[in-house]
Amino acid sequence: MKDMLTVSSSPHLKHPDTTSGIMLDVIIALAPAAIYGCILFGIRALLLIFTCIISAVLAEYIWCKLLKKPISIGDLSAVVTGLLLAMNLSSAVPICIAAIGSAVAIIVVKQMFGGLGFNFANPAITARIVLLVSFPSYMAEFLEPVMYDAVTSATPLVREAGAYTFNELFFGMHGGCIGETSAFLLIVGGLYLILRRVINPIIPVCFIGTVALFSLIFGENVIQQVFGGGLILGAIFMATDYTTSPTTNKGKLIFGIGCGLLTFVIRRFASLPEGVSSSILLMNILVPYINKATLTKPFGVRK
Amino acid sequence: MKGQNIKYFTNGLIKENPVLRLVLGTCPTLAVTTAAINGIGMGVSATIVLVCSNIVISLLRNVIPDKVRIPAFITVIAGFVSVVQMLVKAFLPSIDVALGIYLPLIVVNCIILARAEMFASKNSVLPSILDGLGMGIGFTAVLTLMGAIREICGAGTLFGLTVTAEFIDPMIVFLLPPGGFFVFGVLVAASNAIAKKNGKEIVEHLGCENCPSRSMCKSVSADEEVTVDE
Repeated sequence: MKDMLTVSSSPHLKHPDTTSGIMLDVIIALAPAAIYGCILFGIRALLLIFTCIISAVLAEYIWCKLLKKPISIGDLSAVVTGLLLAMNLSSAVPICIAAIGSAVAIIVVKQMFGGLGFNFANPAITARIVLLVSFPSYMAEFLEPVMYDAVTSATPLVREAGAYTFNELFFGMHGGCIGETSAFLLIVGGLYLILRRVINPIIPVCFIGTVALFSLIFGENVIQQVFGGGLILGAIFMATDYTTSPTTNKGKLIFGIGCGLLTFVIRRFASLPEGVSSSILLMNILVPYINKATLTKPFGVRK
Repeated sequence: MKGQNIKYFTNGLIKENPVLRLVLGTCPTLAVTTAAINGIGMGVSATIVLVCSNIVISLLRNVIPDKVRIPAFITVIAGFVSVVQMLVKAFLPSIDVALGIYLPLIVVNCIILARAEMFASKNSVLPSILDGLGMGIGFTAVLTLMGAIREICGAGTLFGLTVTAEFIDPMIVFLLPPGGFFVFGVLVAASNAIAKKNGKEIVEHLGCENCPSRSMCKSVSADEEVTVDE
């Protein structure tokens, strides 16, 4: 009888989800688009992805070692950050700049604010913006895909409407950042995450829907706006980051619509060609206020 | 007495460094430190104004009526700022261009007003001069350090000489406002870490309760009296 009693303190029931399990799911979901990016842009893209992942993990390891904290590289979050950053870069970016980006993402954005779960903004997005501001010439330069000779030049967003067919845009036969080209593979990854209940579909749907709606209202080419830039990648994989998105469903709705609205405003009225990353960063900063404004009222409480 | 005088001088250098410990004068700190030479220009200009205004306010401390002391201080400070501005315009036009609006804005630099209010209006001339010098040098040192860091990282140069620009692409973000805030934050964190290592309390609340000058501050005791009356 005595052997059957296990004495332990709470919690006694544990949810099977772990940080590393969720991160592994995200990596699996990103993998098809990343592999396609490597096929499309060649060995340079592969090299960049590996550089970003390795330097992100290394930065996390060194930081934890220096501050004598428990080494947290096992939770795979640094791998996801590195992979996402690489997918947000053009394949023309030099290796050392990509490594700087990873270090900024992990050390400045994530660890300085307290590590996983305490960062106020998405590390990969913020690192991308830091690189964009710091090295504008490299970040705006896009290499032509090595796979399709016929299709040339920069991200489709800056091209005139009708330069690409729906198939070219949807399946990713055009230039751009490494991971953003194939909307189809990204959506497949997103569906996998939704089915595995890793992400909630509210934010991506609101985000993409808002951009599509405003493009329609203002007479832009909707297909080009939705599938042409980093919108799908940002909406599915970056805006849904747990730490930097609202906790309530109503909050997620507001967050998604806000991201979409800002993206459209930046694309249409600002001098930047792409507004997805800036809009996600801006909405990340508003998340604490959105959470506060959409607090669920406990049952039976009167105002 | 001599030891006390030295303390007045050294207070401003590290222990009560106006930028890193008192967190005063952050506006010029963030705005002008895009290059080391601008930091020196700003720091020296502010130091001259600070020392001169401390002298005059200390001399006039028994004459200025308490109720109108702030306008009186500002008038004195503004007079010296005009002098410095004209001198810089005449002899160092490049610094004048680089500092721009922030040179006349020394008038409202909180360091200068704070030292007038907290120190010069209560102490005799010699301690006021030493306090002004110490604070001014502390301010100049931090501004120069920040300017140097931002210049090396953001432009690859130091005092206009090429350091790393030839083999590393500089990160322009250091020259922009976000880079300024970042370097400022890192420096405050570093100074807190050093203070903690030396067994001193770190700056956690930037309000009156943690102000190193609290014991000398007239307004704190006045506020406390008011709350007691109520």
